[in-house]
Amino acid sequence: MDIIVTGLLLGGTYALIAVGLQLQYGVARIMNLANGEVLVAGAFGAFWLYTGSALTPYLSIFVTAPLAFALNWAIYRYLMLPLVRRAKSHGQLEVDSILSTFGLSFVFVGIMVAVFGGEYFSYSYLARAVQFMGEPYGFNRMVAFAVSAALCAVLYLWLNRSRAGLSIRAVAVNPAAASLVAINVPAVSTFAFALGGAITAAGGASLSTFLTFDASVGVIFTMKALIIVIMGGVAEVRGSILAAFILGLAETAVATWIDPGLTLAAAYLLFMLILLFRPQGLFGRRT
Amino acid sequence: MIAKSERTGFAAGAALLALAAFLPAIDTGYWLSLGVTIVMYTVLATSWALFSGPTRYISLATAAFFGVGMYVVGGGIGLLPYPVLILVAAVAGAILSALIGLSTLRLSGVYFVIFTLGLTELVRELVAWGQTTLGSSSGLYVLTDVTEKMIYWILLGLAAFVFLIGWWIRRSRIGFALRIIGDDEVVAAHSGIDTARAKIVLFVVSGTIASVTGAILAPRWTYVEPIIAFSPMISFQVVIMALLGGVHRLWGPLVGVIPFALVWDVISAQFPNQTTLLLGVAFLLIVYAIPNGFVGLIEQALARVRAGR
Repeated sequence: MDIIVTGLLLGGTYALIAVGLQLQYGVARIMNLANGEVLVAGAFGAFWLYTGSALTPYLSIFVTAPLAFALNWAIYRYLMLPLVRRAKSHGQLEVDSILSTFGLSFVFVGIMVAVFGGEYFSYSYLARAVQFMGEPYGFNRMVAFAVSAALCAVLYLWLNRSRAGLSIRAVAVNPAAASLVAINVPAVSTFAFALGGAITAAGGASLSTFLTFDASVGVIFTMKALIIVIMGGVAEVRGSILAAFILGLAETAVATWIDPGLTLAAAYLLFMLILLFRPQGLFGRRT
Repeated sequence: MIAKSERTGFAAGAALLALAAFLPAIDTGYWLSLGVTIVMYTVLATSWALFSGPTRYISLATAAFFGVGMYVVGGGIGLLPYPVLILVAAVAGAILSALIGLSTLRLSGVYFVIFTLGLTELVRELVAWGQTTLGSSSGLYVLTDVTEKMIYWILLGLAAFVFLIGWWIRRSRIGFALRIIGDDEVVAAHSGIDTARAKIVLFVVSGTIASVTGAILAPRWTYVEPIIAFSPMISFQVVIMALLGGVHRLWGPLVGVIPFALVWDVISAQFPNQTTLLLGVAFLLIVYAIPNGFVGLIEQALARVRAGR
């Protein structure tokens, strides 16, 4: 019971992070391996504003998310679009974008290490126990779950109910067909990429309220987000959310029963099983 | 039949090898140590390019094989002699890479990249966990009488062997098949090529060599830890050096390794805290400034000279 609740609470934040990556990979079709660094930047933003100006971590999202939006907009506009135009084939684009976002992720880590140093960071926010079904849980984890769930819900409604959301989904399904119905595909892709970055930064702020982080931890979250997106099926937001809960549960179970040092190994193992047996994702359709 | 250009290549290679073999006679300190690094990355990058060059599958599993090789020697040095352990490492590397090859057949592009990166982390976590649970310490001592000079010569021999294999693969049916897979996998499958088999064979060759390299180098570090043996930096640097040189020629990675290793040695001594940043810059430079590597630049320049004549 303890494991289930903790796992679900963790899964909520994972879902938010995965949705951020999914907007980038599913719509803009760029696998952004620097995604985790944006998350860490969001976490640093929350840390800095909380310890420096006593700003509630969740309010820092209003500062960091627009910055992340602008940064990711620029990345897509000035670094990725030239690659999209240059690429002769899909494979070429994939290799180029992997290498350049890897490069970016190293550059971001380098900058963050230079600015904040290599130590671990954490701060205490709402760190008190709350009784839930007879067991104590961290209040910060519960708030993080609530905020993430709310953000996911808003995003989901916006994607499914608004006209802009409709055009984003259209590009996700088929960019060539989307351009036939007068959707400006590069503009929508750029917007989705930037929005994904902003959501990831918000996820970082939420994670920082209950996890210790350092400048180079981003790659782990990139991998986790990727695992979730692939597990859920690239084109399906609901699949990602369910997959995020599965990952949260699996990690918590391994950490409790076997060894906390093996949580990453558990995540990779899950990932490998998915890749081997259901490469289209739990909910994806076979093409 | 050996073409004239190939004969020149062989002569140049043999001359280079002979020249390189004399390095320990000149200096056994700093330069020999740098030489070992260069030959190590030449072997790793060239064998990486054997698989990744024609297929365009970017593998980040080099460190996993390298680390396994190192751990075979680290764990068995008290039980078996060093040369036997190198063979054991080769077998272990071959088995591991065959398993990975078999399971990653269906993956392509970004999934393969992430899978191989994740695999290195997975192996490292398991080894680290196994060591702390089963043993008492977090590392292994590798105490041998193998000197750096010997390591250097063995590695040079391995490098020569890798180039011979690369040359042979290019001439063989499997090399031809691999080039077609790289151009268009669907076409390759339709013209009757067993794409899966070709990819696995090459992946095993490349993985085995990486594992042997790790085994050979184990005595260089007297103390082996998971964080050293399975460092993802090894994989990244191999990718950078190979791409910097150019992967569509057998000697391409060599052209990338030598300048990169020399520059990197200076950089990491001068700015030890900025290596990550600079590695990132190197990646970006490769993608945006020299997409075909140094070999591409050289060939362009040659073509211009010929056209101007």
